[in-house]
Amino acid sequence: MKKRVISFLAIATMTASMFAACGGADTATETTGTASDAAEGGSSEVATPAEDTGTVLNIQCWNEEFKSRVTDHYPGYEEVDATHGKIGDVDVVWNITPSDDNAYQNHLDEALLNQENASADDKVDIFLVEADYALKYVDQPYTMTMADLGISDSDLSDQYKYTQDIVTDSNGNLKGSSWQACSAGLIYNREAAKEVLGTDDPTEVQAAVADWDKYNETAAKVADAGYTMCSVNDTYRVYSNNVSGKWVQDGKVVVDKNIDKWVDDSMALVESKAEDTDDLWGDDWGKGKLPEGKVFCYFGPAWFFNFSLDADKEGTIANKGGWGFCEGPQSYYWGGTWICAATGTDNPNLVKDIILTMTTDKTVLKDIAQKDSDCVNSKSVLAELAADDSGNLDILGGQNPYEQLAAGAEGIDLSNLSAYDQGCNEEFQNAMKNYFEGNATKDEALDMFKKAIVEKYPDVTAE
Amino acid sequence: MNKKSKVVRYNKWGYIFLIPFIVTYVVFQLVPLVSTVYNSFFENYRSGLTQIGPNFVGLQNYVTIIQNGDLPTYFANTMIMWVMCFVPQIIISLLLGAWFTDPSLRLKCQQFFKTVIYLPNLIMASAFAMLFFTLFADSGPINSMLMQIGVLDEAYKFMSNVWSVRTLIATMNCLMWFGNTTILLMAGMMGIDTSLFEAAQVDGATATQIFYRITLPLLKPILVYVMITSLIGGLQLFDVPQILTNGTGDPMRSSMTLIMYLNKHLYSKNFGLGGALSVILFIVTGILSLIVYKITVKEED
Repeated sequence: MKKRVISFLAIATMTASMFAACGGADTATETTGTASDAAEGGSSEVATPAEDTGTVLNIQCWNEEFKSRVTDHYPGYEEVDATHGKIGDVDVVWNITPSDDNAYQNHLDEALLNQENASADDKVDIFLVEADYALKYVDQPYTMTMADLGISDSDLSDQYKYTQDIVTDSNGNLKGSSWQACSAGLIYNREAAKEVLGTDDPTEVQAAVADWDKYNETAAKVADAGYTMCSVNDTYRVYSNNVSGKWVQDGKVVVDKNIDKWVDDSMALVESKAEDTDDLWGDDWGKGKLPEGKVFCYFGPAWFFNFSLDADKEGTIANKGGWGFCEGPQSYYWGGTWICAATGTDNPNLVKDIILTMTTDKTVLKDIAQKDSDCVNSKSVLAELAADDSGNLDILGGQNPYEQLAAGAEGIDLSNLSAYDQGCNEEFQNAMKNYFEGNATKDEALDMFKKAIVEKYPDVTAE
Repeated sequence: MNKKSKVVRYNKWGYIFLIPFIVTYVVFQLVPLVSTVYNSFFENYRSGLTQIGPNFVGLQNYVTIIQNGDLPTYFANTMIMWVMCFVPQIIISLLLGAWFTDPSLRLKCQQFFKTVIYLPNLIMASAFAMLFFTLFADSGPINSMLMQIGVLDEAYKFMSNVWSVRTLIATMNCLMWFGNTTILLMAGMMGIDTSLFEAAQVDGATATQIFYRITLPLLKPILVYVMITSLIGGLQLFDVPQILTNGTGDPMRSSMTLIMYLNKHLYSKNFGLGGALSVILFIVTGILSLIVYKITVKEED
């Protein structure tokens, strides 16, 4: 996790510095236009939010990503300094707490629990969440529903359903919105694919990894050719996104059969040396970015191949455009940032406008996709990108991945999320590493997992 | 009369000068200590954003901790790693201390070496652990060096073996603390009356005899102090294994220390169980320190 956070920070700094130059000139033009657009949104079923009384808009987040998106794409946003900005007369305050060691969530917990007593200028207006722990906040009265903000379902109809599932509470209320649809797939080394499969065509490679049986067959061939398929931790998300039940059912932790399949499949592949057990983001795991690393594939979404494959470094596969992209064995997603409105905000109309502009305005979204390489949360914009050459990526040897990304996003089903996912996924991978490395039997590793879960979530039982 | 009031006034200043310490102690030590004990009798944690408790549960937290049977394992892990670190550390420190304080050796650049051996202690423990983590990674420099000179055929997974992980942790702690121990022991050795050494030399004692018969016995108070502080430090071992194993204490929690276990309960802000565990640790530390103290002082009589 820590490694992941560090690289996220690195990515954030990279993007921030990249776009620092393009920000200034065009942002200050339309200050008035958007607020009036927003007022029209209220249809019969959605409430009209109270009038804005606040002079300070507090935004809680964990890195610079959203800030740079707002700076670049939100009309009327003026940057004051690193943590302050202005929209019209409202001061925007960015409260950035890195997510290392759960620091962001701890900070946000305190801020939200204190929301009622906080003075008007200190109240949280907007906070950002990641999917892994979104339900922890969404399933609570601390988060406003989109309907209460005056945002109707029709405003969000162009979004992918899975991005809404993540921020839908247990009563079916939608409570957040994202500009990203991080559907992910299999990113393969073209050289290796030619050597092992005799082709590097995305459709034919996809056929070779279309389901887990075919994937395992291919992995065996890959291992024979002296390559490693990937790390067991790379495939984990693919399995865990396709479970048939929640991690915690009736207060008891349940290991889904697809997760169990991950354990058995992975163990077989580790034993035949087709997969390794490297932790994500570590140096050992990152060796496959170079041709000498002899890694066949990684699993990841659009931001992954744009930022995590070291395309700007001489000698990497990405630098030579040597990667290809296909959907992989099962649809899944990875990452993404959701915007939530905090209950008690004194700027509901501004919050509403920010959410609508940043997550539904097609011009803004297309701009984001092309400028920041985000895979945006809009079916029509992705279709546009897939249709012409503007979506071709050098890193993938000129392949346009948007068709696969869009297809993947349609296939994602996240009805089985629970508020315990982050802890369960993390601890399960930690515990199973012991099994894969021969330090424990499967049962011992499962016991270790259950022990860790009970420590993390005292209200959950294991037996 | 005049004289007497002066004495009283001096006393007053004594108390006034004590105030900063007493206030700091009460605010940062005594209050947390008492509230930890108090908290340990309550069920008090957070599940997501939902606060559960505090509900008074009596000794339930203590029962839970003792019944799940993990405590002895983590205690054993901690002690094993402490012994692995302390034994080499005390030997090296005694040797270095004896050399540095021996005037007949006429060591040059003493100040330089004293600084150098203390330096590792100035690095942040977590940075040190990150460094070792990188050095001993599967494709890290140590592995590639060993493979290039032909010692290994394929990378040795240092982080996946019980004893290599424990050895790494012990080595790091030893490296970090032997300088500190050396300085303490040297201070003790320099406090020994030099006439004793001279008398022994005049009587024809060898260097070994002087070390065992004069230095060691007279060093005992400092040795006891070093032992107890190191033991307490060892029981609180946390940052190095936490960073090195990414908080998991793997393989199979064989390098999980007591404080890492305590830290696991803080994820859910479980002040009840955390408090109970802290109180148990407090008692264990007290008993162990008492044992060390009793053993070493008894021999003196």
